Amino acid sequence: MNFDLARQSVRELNAYLHANVVPHDPITVTSPNGAHNIAVGVNAPVSIEVAGHVGYYAGGMNQLASIDIHGNAGPGVAEGMCSGEVRVRGFASVAAGAAAHGGLLVIDGDASLRCGISMKGIDIVVGGSVGDYSAFMAQAGSLVVCGDAGDALGDSLYEAVIYVRGSVASLGADAQEQPLTDADVAHVGALLHRAGLGHDPRTFRRIASARTLYHWNADAEQEY
Amino acid sequence: MNAPMHPPEPLSREESATFDRATLDYIYRAAATGLYEIRGLGAKRRLPHLDDLSFLGASLSRYPLEGYREKCATRTLLGTRFAAKPLDLAIPVTIAGMSFGALSANVKEALGRAATAMGTSTTTGDGGMTAEERESSKTLVYQCLPSRYGFRPDDVRRADAIEIVIGQGAKPGGGGMLLGQKINPRVAKMRTLPEGVDQRSASRHPDWTGPDDLAIKIKELREITDWQKPIFVKVGATRVFNDVKLAVHSGADVVVVDGMQGGTAATQVAFLEHVGIPTLAAIRQAVDALEDLDMRGKVQLIVSGGIRTGADAAKALALGADAVSLGQGVLMALGCNHPTYRMGGRDVSAVADYHALGTAPGACHHCHTGRCPVGVTTQDPVLEQRLTPDVGARRVRNYLKTMVMELTMIARACGKSDVHHLEREDLVALSVEAAAMARLPLAGTSWVPGA
Ligand code: SF4
Repeated sequence: MNFDLARQSVRELNAYLHANVVPHDPITVTSPNGAHNIAVGVNAPVSIEVAGHVGYYAGGMNQLASIDIHGNAGPGVAEGMCSGEVRVRGFASVAAGAAAHGGLLVIDGDASLRCGISMKGIDIVVGGSVGDYSAFMAQAGSLVVCGDAGDALGDSLYEAVIYVRGSVASLGADAQEQPLTDADVAHVGALLHRAGLGHDPRTFRRIASARTLYHWNADAEQEY
Repeated sequence: MNAPMHPPEPLSREESATFDRATLDYIYRAAATGLYEIRGLGAKRRLPHLDDLSFLGASLSRYPLEGYREKCATRTLLGTRFAAKPLDLAIPVTIAGMSFGALSANVKEALGRAATAMGTSTTTGDGGMTAEERESSKTLVYQCLPSRYGFRPDDVRRADAIEIVIGQGAKPGGGGMLLGQKINPRVAKMRTLPEGVDQRSASRHPDWTGPDDLAIKIKELREITDWQKPIFVKVGATRVFNDVKLAVHSGADVVVVDGMQGGTAATQVAFLEHVGIPTLAAIRQAVDALEDLDMRGKVQLIVSGGIRTGADAAKALALGADAVSLGQGVLMALGCNHPTYRMGGRDVSAVADYHALGTAPGACHHCHTGRCPVGVTTQDPVLEQRLTPDVGARRVRNYLKTMVMELTMIARACGKSDVHHLEREDLVALSVEAAAMARLPLAGTSWVPGA
């Protein structure tokens, strides 16, 4: 099944994906031309290939589907995803994987600011680098960065864990580097494998929460 | 012993208006703890409010309807702009978003049952949708908040409308707070947080930043819900005229404006008392914005923040709202600040428990502690038994019923066969401030300040 967005609307595409999709019957989307909200709210085991660049929220709130974007992605790619897989072959704009509960997001290139903001269980693998404030208030899941990370990485982290291979411009409040464990190595190795990346997981550093902001008290002199 | 030559000088008791008792207490507390105070409910100081307005009932120049005999319609449609399935409510009084976490599961269920019995809607809160409230609520509005705690696609599809929360009247510009004592295992799991952490929600949405982004976000939610469900946008009242216009431009079906008297489960006192504008002023600005865009009646306006009575609802509608929403009012209907709670068919005193919190019935604002003496805002398994869904649902239903009777009584007295026909013409202001804020004439005059 092919949808050509030069001739058909995003509405037609999404309506089909919600109501008529045949599980495991592959779908291609051509001429996306940066359209917003491509393949949002899909809840079926289907593979969707998008031939080109996408706008905001591609693959938003995805469940079960495997969405492969052969281009760059706008803000909020795979936001709110619960399961399935979204892959961006190019670069991703801000807030990639924001507030997502599960599934795997792979970005071959770089991701911009706030990658993995408020993530709630998703795994994100970025082949390149991530911008400032990535994993801000990240609650659960893992963010694997094969390149460098910008400023304030992992600010106000909860239980999500960040793995970085390159340099970190600065850590955010309450984020700290911790020793890499065998479990971390196995976990990162498995994610890299799924992402098709050959890096040695032992070359990553683990960043997680120091948990000093978990409780509101005078001694911490925090500002909320 | 010799008597003193002069009687002792009387002690000076002159208090400072600037540094009064409350201010002294505040400074001592701040100096002792290094912490600001957090509490529940809303602004407590006196603000210009709907009380400062009065209706001009019919007389010789207007014709009333018979109070007990003639019909007065209350049906309310919300979300008629773009949604295929607008909310069709029996009354223009809805229940505002309050989180499971702030409230117990029993309370959430009670609210759903009462709203359903009255043909109106109830709303989730920061923390996701519980099975109890979905089951008990015929019409459930699902909030999409900056934190996105428990915001999941299955629940988006289960909801009857989506409310994107930009802000709250109690704390416009601030994020939610839920102190660790209320984060029990179920609440923690729904929010994907460790148990017992002091949870500070974000104040900005993670995946959009301005009105242009919001327009795309709204479209995303419309796409996910196949354009079936109304999308509400809720703002805390500050620059209401501009915010309502931007919300309409962004594609909202319904705008919810929450005034400064709106409540919260836990917020800094400085926020509650010193940020935002009163509901009265907010309503007029919101209506001005809709009129400016020629959108009145196309985009519906819901007003909240200190709405308590049928008269309040009538005034809000007359000023141009399509519906009102209740938060603190329903908590009080459930027994908030009442000296007793109901257990085993009898009234049991809760006064000692109020005292243990350092307060008394009528003065409590201790929702943030999770130790609610009447079982409303708690996650404690013992305390939450103090309010059963049966008792709660009955009380909230009675309260809503009373409000609606008052609302229709006032509408009939003003000669209206539909509560939505109440109009500004029917109102006057009782204070200069209220006259200026609501742009109504001061009672007994034709003077509208600033007009
Ligand atoms: S009685 Fe309960 S709901 Fe009411 S203010 Fe006190 S703690 Fe909050």
